[in-house]
Amino acid sequence: MSRIETDTVFVRRDFLEPEAPPPSLGGIPGWVRKNLFSSPFNIAISLSMLLLLAWALPPLIRWLFIDAVWTGTNREACLPKNGETVGACWAFVNAKLAQFTFGSYPADQRWRPSLVMIVFFVGLAWVAIPRMPWRRQAVWLMLTAFPVATFWLLYGGLGLPIVETSNWGGLLVTLVVAITGIVASLPLGILLALGRRSKLPFIKIVSVVFIEVWRGVPLITVLFMASVMLPLFLPTGVNFDKLLRALIGVALFTGAYMAETIRGGLQAIPKGQFEGAASLGLGYWQSMRLIILPQALKIVIPGIVNSFISLFKDTSLVMIIGLYDLLGSIQRNFSDANWSTPSIAPTGLIFAAAVFWVFCFSMSRYSMYMERKLNTGRKR
Amino acid sequence: MADTALATAPETETAVEMIGVNKWFGEFHVLRDVNLSVKRGERIVICGPSGSGKSTTIRCINRLEEHQKGKIIVDGIELTNDLKRIDEVRREVGMVFQHFNLFPHLTILENCTLAPIWVRKMPKKEAEEVAMHFLTRVKIPEQAHKYPGQLSGGQQQRVAIARSLCMRPKIMLFDEPTSALDPEMVKEVLDTMVGLAEEGMTMICVTHEMGFARQVANRVIFMDQGQIVEQNEPVEFFSNPKHERTKLFLGQILH
Ligand SMILES: Nc1ncnc2c1ncn2[C@@H]1O[C@H](COP(=O)(O)OP(=O)(O)OP(=O)(O)O)[C@@H](O)[C@H]1O
Ligand SMILES: [Mg+2]
Repeated sequence: MSRIETDTVFVRRDFLEPEAPPPSLGGIPGWVRKNLFSSPFNIAISLSMLLLLAWALPPLIRWLFIDAVWTGTNREACLPKNGETVGACWAFVNAKLAQFTFGSYPADQRWRPSLVMIVFFVGLAWVAIPRMPWRRQAVWLMLTAFPVATFWLLYGGLGLPIVETSNWGGLLVTLVVAITGIVASLPLGILLALGRRSKLPFIKIVSVVFIEVWRGVPLITVLFMASVMLPLFLPTGVNFDKLLRALIGVALFTGAYMAETIRGGLQAIPKGQFEGAASLGLGYWQSMRLIILPQALKIVIPGIVNSFISLFKDTSLVMIIGLYDLLGSIQRNFSDANWSTPSIAPTGLIFAAAVFWVFCFSMSRYSMYMERKLNTGRKR
Repeated sequence: MADTALATAPETETAVEMIGVNKWFGEFHVLRDVNLSVKRGERIVICGPSGSGKSTTIRCINRLEEHQKGKIIVDGIELTNDLKRIDEVRREVGMVFQHFNLFPHLTILENCTLAPIWVRKMPKKEAEEVAMHFLTRVKIPEQAHKYPGQLSGGQQQRVAIARSLCMRPKIMLFDEPTSALDPEMVKEVLDTMVGLAEEGMTMICVTHEMGFARQVANRVIFMDQGQIVEQNEPVEFFSNPKHERTKLFLGQILH
């Protein structure tokens, strides 16, 4: 008893020196032990996963690479000869690569879409890498001069032979639809999101109706209506390009989704930010542009990129109105008598999946990078 | 430099005039016939129990809240639904909030230069000079390139004061600027405010820092249930409160 009483009074005499942290389970073996084999249950899961991989991977690798046919000029190459098994028919992809990329864009004009794609990817990298010089100018060029030049190069006129959009196809159509959709839907979504929160009843109602109508209708229906119903309302003789119709449909559709994503971000901004901006005399558009949107958009980057990715993949739906994107062009070639063998369909589909995956995964990684980079608010 | 803005506008003796101001939140009558006249260079402290309408009163002055009855004239401009006039008033009235309301995505310097650049159309260089001048005055010039999230509460509040001052306001409103701060940071913010008062800034402060009120206020106003219950110069207000409610309130906060 008396010991406890003396213990309640305590005055530190000497301060403890800081010590190094205990040696942790570093390196790969440490990581493996900590994450894969830390408990009997984890050990069981890890082992069954290993078994599953051991069962599934070797045949897949065999099919994809070892038994695959890499060269050839027609179906003969990919037919099983004297009892051998034949894997993926990469010769087919190789032979059709230009079609998968450009559709039926005339062969002697394919330098035009090629040039556009090269400029696009260089420009994109320029804009996307924060340390690049003249980045701001590059953004402006990409948003103004580039689309005009692209239209001229792809469609033609002013000295270039005209290539109707019905001849465009493959990756070219995928990129045109996806990128136009992405670039148009972001500002549209921002305007709609602001409109939906507006105090002016008219603007609010218009925004709500627009968003709810477009969100409530499947994209397939939108595309169908764009291609079948729209011509009924247009005066005869007025021909409204099919690709353009699809572009508008996709942009409005994605814009409606984007609006709700962005509204979520706007709602997450504390009232104090609006009041701080207002008390300094900033007007509505100024405070939105300089204070609210930069913060709101940062919060919803994952949601925005999610929309972009799903838009990128949904471009394949333009097939139903008779446009051929990457997947459409590949599928179309399955019926080519010159190449028809059992392995071209799986090969083509895996190729399509891989190309889509590369694009979507890049967007995903870039968005994670941006999130980390913009995370100024919480870093201390 | 501080005097140029003052010299151009037509001078009126009164900085803020509230005449019979009434306000409702839905059915709830928050402000009941508030009459308040603040002369230029005057320093007013408003106190009162929680929910008495102190914040609402000063937020009406820069139209963060809209009053429904009565008249509010700030710097000679009457507040109506005219957005242009509201912006004009907000340019001349600085406000410091309980929770700072700094912009977390901008550096301290950018927080301070934003409004001068976009609202006053000041060249960036000049705005940065002005910002550094005021950051030096609130004693944190070395933090200019950090983000708000990297500063302590007291530092953030001083930045918020500097940010308002960069607009060279004629009137400063403070809504409990120290009540979200840890005790050891209160003093640094109050010192800044005392400094401002000594330079003759027109100030309306909602605060329960009675030491501050004694030191700088020309007048202390006690509010309860949306009304001004008592106002007096500080010595008299604290030593000899007249109204029962004031006595009760002061008894509670002065121990
Ligand atoms: N936006 C609002 N909507 C509805 N009621 C509100 C709103 N803002 C404030 N009130 C109410 O109005 C009354 C006065 O609020 P106000 O914030 O002015 O009080 P206060 O005196 O500043 O109190 P505190 O010391 O707690 O800050 C309170 O009862 C509060 O609940
Ligand atoms: Mg309050």
